Amino acid sequence: MVKDLSVNLCGVGLDNPVVPASGTFGFGLEMAEVYDINCLGAISIKGTTRDARFGNPTPRIAECEMGMINSVGLQNPGVDAVIAHEIPALRKVYSKPIIANISGFAVEEYVECCSKMDKVDDVQILEVNVSCPNVHNGGMAFGTSAEAAAEVTRAVKAVTTKPVFVKLSPNVTDIVSIAKACEEAGADGITLINTMLGMRIDIARRRPVIANKMGGFSGRAVFPVAVRMVYQVANACSIPVMGCGGVATAEDVIEMMMAGATAVQVGAENLRNPFACKEIIEDLPKVMERLGINSLNEIIGIVK
Amino acid sequence: MNREKLTIISNRQVNATVWEMKLSGCAEQRPGQFVNIALDGRFLRRPISVCDWNAGVLTLLYKVVGKGTSQMAAMTAGERLDVLTGLGNGFNLEAAGSKPLLVGGGIGTAPMYYLAKKLIEVGKPVNVILGFNKADEVIYVAEFEALGAKVTVATADGSLGVKGFVTDALPAVDYDFFYACGPMPMFRALEGKVCTEGQYSFEERMGCGTGICMGCTCKTMLGAKRVCKDGPVFDRKEVIW
Repeated sequence: MVKDLSVNLCGVGLDNPVVPASGTFGFGLEMAEVYDINCLGAISIKGTTRDARFGNPTPRIAECEMGMINSVGLQNPGVDAVIAHEIPALRKVYSKPIIANISGFAVEEYVECCSKMDKVDDVQILEVNVSCPNVHNGGMAFGTSAEAAAEVTRAVKAVTTKPVFVKLSPNVTDIVSIAKACEEAGADGITLINTMLGMRIDIARRRPVIANKMGGFSGRAVFPVAVRMVYQVANACSIPVMGCGGVATAEDVIEMMMAGATAVQVGAENLRNPFACKEIIEDLPKVMERLGINSLNEIIGIVK
Repeated sequence: MNREKLTIISNRQVNATVWEMKLSGCAEQRPGQFVNIALDGRFLRRPISVCDWNAGVLTLLYKVVGKGTSQMAAMTAGERLDVLTGLGNGFNLEAAGSKPLLVGGGIGTAPMYYLAKKLIEVGKPVNVILGFNKADEVIYVAEFEALGAKVTVATADGSLGVKGFVTDALPAVDYDFFYACGPMPMFRALEGKVCTEGQYSFEERMGCGTGICMGCTCKTMLGAKRVCKDGPVFDRKEVIW
């Protein structure tokens, strides 16, 4: 039997739920050189800020058991260059939905970027990142307070008609209260989780491995935390959830969807296996067959 | 970039810390490119520069510095590795001039071998300066000489060749373009002495090796560049010291 992998994110149809997570797929062009990225459900492009950013000093990467820490620090060419160059270049090789991921250091910056992205026809969904652990005076600061997350959500919703997903941080005491605050402020969906704040020390040199000392921990090790938070938020909110964190296999995608995710982002796994998303999508029908699933929509949030 | 399953043909210890691995089944590589090797139990791949490629056989010289490279050193012929190949830009062979100089420091010697081979193939007289801390760290001199390259060795303690650094061997060499790979202190010293255009091959801790994560970005005169995708080779004139 033909398996139905399609899902619907706030009116945006995805052929399948697999979405490379922002920051782990660039602006799509590198992977377009090695496989046809039109197999993807959607792409969440590299986090974009109002101004161009070089990001943090190197080393930015530390390997861990079953995961890694990154402290890239939102390197990007700035929203105007992303709109003028990166998105049109991606559109030449890719016809499926594009999710623009937006970060900022003040509410006005989120507003300015979202307002500009709202006018870009090639962008279908906005993902507002209030959870980057690698920048000071912004990023995660907005995602660790329900009031601040709601304020950003309200402000960007006022300047766009596109669906807005708010990407939340796991580095909080009560994820549900923050997700609910975003929902009440008008968010169309929630993406979670961003990376967990982590640190490694080079014991021979007696100093942090990462130049910025701390960074965001991601990879397979965080999967159970991500499933738990997706489950909690999906049960507490009525807006769709994009699950993210440690996803590496088709089985992980199904587990995340059973926890309540409508779409599933693949992040750090892209760094170790550039073909990860493609392979997961190819494996999904086989795993569905084995589990007796005909349509992925049947299993979204099936675990109560 | 290709993802290939390569088979280990040989894996031999060259000196106290350096090993040479030969693998079969590899698509053609260019000098200065690198491969990225998946290892069981390691989350990230290990980027290793191409030392040689000949008729499907890839040669890697690698220094054992941590868990991943220790794991590689324990591998034997017949084992298969998941390898991303053809990564990075590689050296610009067109720029070589008529008398190219190749400078390798420590394990930075590795990519110079394939470069020397390719330059000699097109008829260039190749001078090589190799720098090490001491005589028992010296690698690949006979291999370079077998290609027909003129090799000068410098050791910091003077136990072999010129006493001092690669820059101490520089005055005796006539060149009109240079290529260098080695540690940053060597690059800085070289930068103060060289008098021609050239290319440096950089090293940085990487996430993906394919240009998607921005983990290894550096600042250049031409803006932010990824060592893995836009490099690892950069023109002398674009490097910010």
